[in-house]
Amino acid sequence: MRGFDLIVIGGGLVGGAVAFGAARLGARVALLDEGDVAFRAARGNFGLVWIQSKGAGMPPYAHWSRQSAALWAGLSDALSEVTGVAPALRQNGGFAFCLSDDEFARQAERVQRMHNESGGIGTRMLDRAELRAMLPQVGDEVVGAAFCPIDGHANPLLLLRGLQAGLLAKGGEYLPGRHVDAIDYDGGFTVQCGAERFTCAKVVIAAGLGSRDLAPMVGLEMPVTPLKGQILVTERVRPFLDYATHVVRQTDEGSVMMGDSQEDVGFDIRTTTPVLKDIAARNIKVFPLLREANVVRTWGALRVMTPDGCPIYEESVSHPGAFSATCHSGVTLAGAHAMALAPAILGAGLPPAMKAFEAARFKSGKINVPSF
Amino acid sequence: MFRRFDAASVAFTFEGMPVMAAAGETVAAALLAAGVRSVRTTAVSGSARAPWCMMGVCFDCLVEIDGVANRQGCMVVVSPGMVVRRQVGAKDLG
Ligand SMILES: Cc1cc2nc3c(=O)[nH]c(=O)nc-3n(C[C@H](O)[C@H](O)[C@H](O)COP(=O)(O)OP(=O)(O)OC[C@H]3O[C@@H](n4cnc5c(N)ncnc54)[C@H](O)[C@@H]3O)c2cc1C
Ligand code: FES
Repeated sequence: MRGFDLIVIGGGLVGGAVAFGAARLGARVALLDEGDVAFRAARGNFGLVWIQSKGAGMPPYAHWSRQSAALWAGLSDALSEVTGVAPALRQNGGFAFCLSDDEFARQAERVQRMHNESGGIGTRMLDRAELRAMLPQVGDEVVGAAFCPIDGHANPLLLLRGLQAGLLAKGGEYLPGRHVDAIDYDGGFTVQCGAERFTCAKVVIAAGLGSRDLAPMVGLEMPVTPLKGQILVTERVRPFLDYATHVVRQTDEGSVMMGDSQEDVGFDIRTTTPVLKDIAARNIKVFPLLREANVVRTWGALRVMTPDGCPIYEESVSHPGAFSATCHSGVTLAGAHAMALAPAILGAGLPPAMKAFEAARFKSGKINVPSF
Repeated sequence: MFRRFDAASVAFTFEGMPVMAAAGETVAAALLAAGVRSVRTTAVSGSARAPWCMMGVCFDCLVEIDGVANRQGCMVVVSPGMVVRRQVGAKDLG
């Protein structure tokens, strides 16, 4: 039976970021992952570091996302330095396009509301002329956009690989093919995977959609459900889009990713032609030149959604040392997870400001509508 | 490296040079048979590539055909007078 300071259950982006962040500080960390049979959002996402719309109606989430945006460059540097794997972070701003006057008005109203609730981050509405000055290729049907200077994007697969490599480089262990079946508590934790047993002083449940079943084992609640997104990827083309946008981005290697739908269809990751067609059509309105781009791959993946779309972070009262961590934006929040959440978990516990993320909020009756 | 079994009767060009193909042959097969060793350079590092899988999977056979960039040479049958060019780096959407 092997012992660790910290065991993180779930080797996706949330678990990977927490595990790397903790190992970086010198803790003995194991990251347990179920493997290829699980639903794994970390391998199917869009790669945005997206701040402008996060936390409408929930200022602590807005502030946490902004903190993550500020910490991301440090994470990127740490990964490059420790592993040589840079996650291709580009954080020069992001556009949310509006295709009608109505959309423009709603977007402007949201920007103003978030400014009033959580303070300004420089998000501004651009009319078509201002937008064209920054993005000459946008189509005539685009009325304008919201531009937020702290938005960005990264390569989520390199991020995942970097976090795992970084964990190993800092003396941690990545243990795939381990489905956690049970967690016992006697002041410390014993984690069971089939016939194997691992012990630890602290444990983090970051198992994405698998968290729902694990959390009650340590007196926590993680009522997460799947929300499907479909994505199209084109062949590599010459650089034409140097910014993140909420529906399309060009990767550092030239591919264009288009997404992404929000479909409440249970545990179903199939792609469907009508949805893919809609995504392509909307993006061709935004960038008519995409008409000439060939699609080389499409896929569906499941987001990990809480009832209000905001993250859950909490330490168990009945099982101190057990923590929950889940969100639907594991790329965006990777900076905060590695550089702020992991140190808090290893140290004195979650700061009082993070009480807002406890699952008890779902019992209050007035649940915020998820925003992306 | 490759030896023809069938007579080559279809004329096309690659980078302006005349090339002969057998009827029904793909662009990639005809270029390999003609001794062409590299048909494209990659989008990221610019390194040279030649057709590899010959079944539409690897995209290493990309060429420009009759002015259309990024076509898979192994998936296109040669037709008389076709103008084939090297695919240099990523396609330009204009
Ligand atoms: C279509 C789509 C687009 C997205 N776009 C973005 C975006 O642009 N920006 C952004 O920030 N986020 C985006 N996301 C979200 C992002 O991918 C996730 O937040 C991120 O993957 C983190 O999720 P996770 O680590 O909680 O879960 P996952 O990545 O799903 O990882 C959970 C892991 O837990 C493991 N596991 C489950 N049960 C057990 C068990 N019992 N024992 C051991 N291991 C277990 C699984 O093997 C899995 O690897 C997107 C998601 C989707 C689906
Ligand atoms: S040779 Fe592989 S796709 Fe054409």
